[in-house]
Amino acid sequence: MLIFEHARPGRRNYSQSPAAAAKIDDIPQNLLRKVPLLLPEVSEMDAVRHYTRLSQKNFSIDTQFYPLGSCTMKYNPRACNSLAMLPQFLARHPRAPESTGQGFLACMYELQEILKDVTGMAGVSLTPMAGAQGELIGIAMIRAYHESRGDSARTEIIVPDAAHGTNPATAVMCGYKVVEIATDKEGDVDMDALKAAVGPQTAGLMLTNPSTLGVFEKNVAEMSKIVHQAGGLLYYDGANLNAILGKVKPGDMGFDVIHINLHKTFSTPHGGGGPGSAPVGVAERLLPFMPVPVVASENGVYRWLTEKEIPQSIGRLSAHMGNAGVLLRAYVYVRLLGAEGMHRVADFAALNANYLMAELSKAGFEIAYPTRRASHEFIVTLKDLKEKTGVTAMNVAKRLLDKGYHAPTTYFPLLVPECLLIEPAETESKETLDAFVVSMKEILEEAHTQPEMVKGAPYNTPVRKLDDVKAARELDLAWKQT
Amino acid sequence: MIIPSNLKYTKSHEWVRLEDDGTVTIGITQHAQELLGDMVFVETPDAGRKLKQGEECAVVESVKAAADVYAPIAGEVTAVNPDLESAPEKINQDAYAAWLFKLRPVNTADLNNLLDAAGYQKILESEED
Repeated sequence: MLIFEHARPGRRNYSQSPAAAAKIDDIPQNLLRKVPLLLPEVSEMDAVRHYTRLSQKNFSIDTQFYPLGSCTMKYNPRACNSLAMLPQFLARHPRAPESTGQGFLACMYELQEILKDVTGMAGVSLTPMAGAQGELIGIAMIRAYHESRGDSARTEIIVPDAAHGTNPATAVMCGYKVVEIATDKEGDVDMDALKAAVGPQTAGLMLTNPSTLGVFEKNVAEMSKIVHQAGGLLYYDGANLNAILGKVKPGDMGFDVIHINLHKTFSTPHGGGGPGSAPVGVAERLLPFMPVPVVASENGVYRWLTEKEIPQSIGRLSAHMGNAGVLLRAYVYVRLLGAEGMHRVADFAALNANYLMAELSKAGFEIAYPTRRASHEFIVTLKDLKEKTGVTAMNVAKRLLDKGYHAPTTYFPLLVPECLLIEPAETESKETLDAFVVSMKEILEEAHTQPEMVKGAPYNTPVRKLDDVKAARELDLAWKQT
Repeated sequence: MIIPSNLKYTKSHEWVRLEDDGTVTIGITQHAQELLGDMVFVETPDAGRKLKQGEECAVVESVKAAADVYAPIAGEVTAVNPDLESAPEKINQDAYAAWLFKLRPVNTADLNNLLDAAGYQKILESEED
């Protein structure tokens, strides 16, 4: 039910308080609205109850295990929230002079430095406000680099078929042609396909490592060599950085540009559409093209670098400093972890994923790449289960909701049929993982004994199974006054 | 699995039928629609567009995924199926009746490079492994 459907004409915030008419006699008549603003007419209590109920219907990391592969749904420490919401931060005006915002600028500068260090890049700009924006800016910088050298013959970006859909979309948005290359049986990029694809037309390669298949690209050093020898640049999609945080630096793997999803790896809130934040890191040769503003430190004084200091910058991505509040949360998070803590993030993320993979395999689930160690996520394929019982990955995902778990990512990556992409993240305990395995085992048994029941799931959720086909074919997104 | 013997096929799961007027009609196979599931959106190329062999020229989108459709042979688009915009489910109902677009081939002999029903069957079997 929408809040507009709770509304009654004339209902106001406090029914018992006599309404004081607002004095508007100093506003010219021709500027006044003729029709009142369309707002839901509800009491304060109606509004509180409505939104509290909605929040209770939600699956969230604060209430349930959320093993959504490739999304790194990890716990958001409350310390990050409380420090980022100090009144001094909240009340800071984005256009206030640098001299009155030295504390905030110091946090941003240190975050840049820490991210540079942990990724092995020469420079970091914090301004992109979502993973997709970070990607777009990364490829835009590659383009700016080639153009600054007068190298306009490079028209193609190579993308492995396991990549997130945003990779080819980004390349197209930047005016490139996408060349897709295949994955081999072990889950690595097919090196012969890569060798055949590179040439003087190659602007760059976009790679996620560990890949969306949950495995570390073993040949990354050679891939880097092949692409660089052809004159192309390497772009690192930071979606799965969590798995290698503090262990391996993308800069050391040869990447020229990287985006980092703070809302994944650095534990800022994730979901509900954001706000995301995706700083970009660049190698030496891309430094002149970084998006502005960037924070500099000179003799203990912090200041903004803008188009004036970085004239070849590809420009601004937001009016000010991207999602400043999110950046502050990430800053607190990295300071809480320290260098040692970052290692432990990767250790526990990998341990949890490999433990869960081993336990699900023992429970009778088929692992898509059984010979490989999971990085921080892994893929279960239910192709056989579907053939034997008719129960699909989607059915299993819906049944998991009944058991109190958010479903893993389904049907991605596209090259594995009937797949579940499972990422537990490092913040979950062994008890949670064990309980999840028990539920998965129950669903596997149910699929064999009562397949029709599983296909009808979910049963215990506020809304039952939705007609996703009708929803997609007949989009109905906006409420209209009747 | 239904694989009509009068059609030609591609590895990327398009079917191709040579018509009496020399044009070819193109759609996606029964296997492709099964994998994709319920269709929700189909984007077809504009009539008059000249396509190279292997060029991305249409998109079929289901509740699970969006997939590109590639031109099986080079040619110029002469017609697109007007029904699919409002009724993409026709592909699910009968993949071999719900054609996507028609091409006038640059070279009709290019059809000989495509798979026949038996060849396509083999591709499907190898994908099973």
